[in-house]
Amino acid sequence: MMDAFTLRDHDAEARLFTGRVIVLWFVVLMAMLVLVLRLFQLQILEHERHSVQSDANRIQVQPIAPTRGLIYDRNGILLAENIPVSSLTVVRERAGDLTATLETLEELVDLTPAEIESFQRRLRERRRPYEPVPLRLRLDEEEIARIAVNRYRLPGVEVEAQLIRHYPFGDLTAHAIGSIRRISPNDLQRLDRVQYSATRYVGRLGVERHYEDHLHGRVGYQRVETDARGRITRVLDRSPPVAGGSIQLHLDLNLQLAADAALGDRRGAIVAIDPATGGILALVSKPGYDPNLFIGGIDPASYAWLRDHPDTPMFNRALRGQYAPGSTFKPIVGLAGLAYGETDWEYTIRDPGYYRLPGQTRMYRDWSWRPGGGGHGIVGMQRAIYRSSNTYFYDLGVKLGIERLAPFAAEFGFGRRQVVDLPDAVAGLMPTPEWKRAARREPWYPGDTVNLGIGQGDMLATPLQLAAATAIIAARGERHPPRMLLAADAELPELNQGTLPPLELSDQQDWKRMAEAMADVVHRGNRGYGQNGTAWAHIGMDIPYRMAGKSGTAQVVGIPQGLRHDDLELTERQQRHAWFVAFAPVDEPEIALAVLVENGGGGSSVAGPVAREVMDAWLLRRSMEGPAVARH
Amino acid sequence: MAGRDFLHRLPDSELAFARRQAWLHKMHVDLPLLVLVLLVCGLGLVVLFSAVDGNPDRFSSQLTRLGLAFGVMLVVAQIPPRTLCRWSAPLYLLGLALLVAVLFIGVSAKGAQRWIDLPGLPRFQPAEIMKLVVPMMLAAFFAERRLPPRFGSVCVALLMLAAPALLIAMQPDLGTAILVSGSGLAIVLFAGVSWRLVLAAGVAALAALPALWVVLHDYQRQRVLTLFDPESDPLGAGWNIIQSKTAIGSGGLYGKGLLQGTQSHLDFLPESDTDFIIAVMGEETGFLGVMALLLLYFLLITRGLYIATRAPDAYSRLLAGSLSITFFIYVFVNVAMVSGLLPVVGVPLPLVSYGGTSALTLMAAFGMLMSIQTNPKMLRA
Repeated sequence: MMDAFTLRDHDAEARLFTGRVIVLWFVVLMAMLVLVLRLFQLQILEHERHSVQSDANRIQVQPIAPTRGLIYDRNGILLAENIPVSSLTVVRERAGDLTATLETLEELVDLTPAEIESFQRRLRERRRPYEPVPLRLRLDEEEIARIAVNRYRLPGVEVEAQLIRHYPFGDLTAHAIGSIRRISPNDLQRLDRVQYSATRYVGRLGVERHYEDHLHGRVGYQRVETDARGRITRVLDRSPPVAGGSIQLHLDLNLQLAADAALGDRRGAIVAIDPATGGILALVSKPGYDPNLFIGGIDPASYAWLRDHPDTPMFNRALRGQYAPGSTFKPIVGLAGLAYGETDWEYTIRDPGYYRLPGQTRMYRDWSWRPGGGGHGIVGMQRAIYRSSNTYFYDLGVKLGIERLAPFAAEFGFGRRQVVDLPDAVAGLMPTPEWKRAARREPWYPGDTVNLGIGQGDMLATPLQLAAATAIIAARGERHPPRMLLAADAELPELNQGTLPPLELSDQQDWKRMAEAMADVVHRGNRGYGQNGTAWAHIGMDIPYRMAGKSGTAQVVGIPQGLRHDDLELTERQQRHAWFVAFAPVDEPEIALAVLVENGGGGSSVAGPVAREVMDAWLLRRSMEGPAVARH
Repeated sequence: MAGRDFLHRLPDSELAFARRQAWLHKMHVDLPLLVLVLLVCGLGLVVLFSAVDGNPDRFSSQLTRLGLAFGVMLVVAQIPPRTLCRWSAPLYLLGLALLVAVLFIGVSAKGAQRWIDLPGLPRFQPAEIMKLVVPMMLAAFFAERRLPPRFGSVCVALLMLAAPALLIAMQPDLGTAILVSGSGLAIVLFAGVSWRLVLAAGVAALAALPALWVVLHDYQRQRVLTLFDPESDPLGAGWNIIQSKTAIGSGGLYGKGLLQGTQSHLDFLPESDTDFIIAVMGEETGFLGVMALLLLYFLLITRGLYIATRAPDAYSRLLAGSLSITFFIYVFVNVAMVSGLLPVVGVPLPLVSYGGTSALTLMAAFGMLMSIQTNPKMLRA
């Protein structure tokens, strides 16, 4: 038995082992079957689902933004174009650890704190998922190369070649054509989600805003295959976007330049209109700003500077600045008096330098009033215009009454938004008793009508409105509301809309007579003291063409009874606004304009020469070059 | 002379085959094993070519490694089992020493300290060697004893297994720890430990599972949780498993074609040329392709187990059986993990995944199997 204890039974051990091998082989077989079943489940039973998932992984539909339409001036000069830039964007959903990515980016590209701040702000804003958020616009070649080399460290970071809006003339045309701005969360609610799915900018001001639908174009799309980092590896199919249509404006860049130069560094506005069409030839508001700054994100400091500057460079004075029209309103009052038969060209009054309502002591003064004297003597309509007699128009205003004067003025566009395609223009204010009751809870006093007779009081008008009203006088009552659009590559409704029925006076000759009276403002000279047109000394002495004009001076502060304006010690901002409206040539007007110089002082002396410079630019240069060349 | 006559009677082609068999036998090469290994390697290279995106550098480097590993297999096949048996204990002690050394002077890569860098030697992972040395040691240990082993012997064997397994798990390298443990436990089973004991141990292990949960690293726990609900963290821990299931599933019956897999070539699939290469294969060659590979693996394992049953002595039997089962664990853990049945642990697909070290040890193991198959002499314990 000792042997049995020590000896090994090799056969038994081999049998035991073989038994174990069989058991384990069976276990292996079962386990392999489990794998087979699992793969069968995934690849055969659930194949459809995984297949769809796999395609969803790789295939994305991406919208392609259309190229925005171009804007030309009347001579075909490009005012708004699209230029290619390379910009740095981040897709948040793919960026992973954003802090780390930004740190890496900062090593490669000089990012300013302002850029990072506005990037963070845009990240917080509501936006479309997987929408690339811009971090830096306009990368230079070296930065593009550095990012390309380090791409593997920068998930979600893309260098995008894109076309961005560019205004080659910057602040010269900013207020004239408006601009586009980055689409904001508010815009997203208003805009067509499909059409704007790839677009980053939308027209916010001016014609860029009004013709947005035409300029924008139609979105395209492409189905692309992307890798796990969202980078496009293949374009599967593509439906190209339709580029936006272009537009041509009445605007003449040369005249715009001349108007801009004429105004110089002063605050103010100039609007020049072709009376035959209502087409805006020049629209200047100064100071201006460079709209290109806003594309690609202006840094907060520059924006704050623009916003808080006392001269409000972003404020469009031509369209939105509302001022008392002052004496420039007198021709309208005169025409109203003629139309309603309250006066004629022979009727005269004696002008003592002030006006009193019957039974009242309050003195409404003429600009020539001085204690114990002043006035223009015997004054008829013509003299009242070229001498700009307040007394005559106080009297005429009262005779007309507000219930006749206000509707008549409204026909010239006062208190109305009588425009075709200037979305930012405001209506100004043509005061009426109804308005005063509603707004001030006060009755209309006779004195209100007196002030209205010389364009003061509550009345407010924009430079655009005064230019448009002057154009109506120039066109002898034909009314073509102001418009920017001259031509387009589509049948836009604006091309044929807006013309109003002409204004009829009881005697149509009165248009011509009023134009002649206004011509006297400029041309009547060498007649001795108190006999010359108010603007003659300033602009009329050497003028080579016939120009009709009217100066205006709008008070900014009230002048107490018994004092003259010159007696007050006023700051620069309290100085009167200088106006000048004009058209020329008198007989066949080609241009009508309004000039406003904020706090400029006298209308004839300050605004008059500006108007003359613009007129010269339009009439003299064109006659030198010949109309056929300059015209498009 | 009778043998000669017999040979003469065979048809020419079969005669040539028989002669080649005899020649291969003398060269210690097992033909079925050789053919299966070559088929797996060939299929693997085709898939790898696609998985590395046709990158010639990576492809040729894998080709070189497989060639080298193939040479190692042929060399190891020349070592008789008794020599292996004699080396077992010294190699085991050396391996254990290296594992301890790794803890102190090891080189880190990807958050784990697994490599040892001795001057004059190529960098290597001691844990990898233990995949061979632990079965050798335990086989030698049981071969000296009467089988089935007594309870005490089993306990000693388990301690000899636990030491390297724990050292490897501490690196941490869970995948290799599982493989080493599996190879050791396989030997204990093959040695004939009573099924009752196996059952008791199984119940005890199940009871210990909650304790294991406490011991696991955070990332390991996350992997387990992710297995049950990959969608809970689709961009984080669940990403790998979602993408690999999508890749395999979208392959369907026939697959998308080589180099056509969008999941792998568009980088949705991570680790596509290493641990997750079966997903590339599933996507590009479909159910049929994967089945072919699994069949080859199954035949390899079966051949290994067959060699084990034909082995003349206890050491050879146990070693051959253990190596075959280790190979099986490789395949099962990898495929189950990539197809979402097991948590993600770092186990490559044998002979297919990109990487040299595991190919070397696997080929060395096949060399040992060949040596056992071609050395009929009995060992004296």
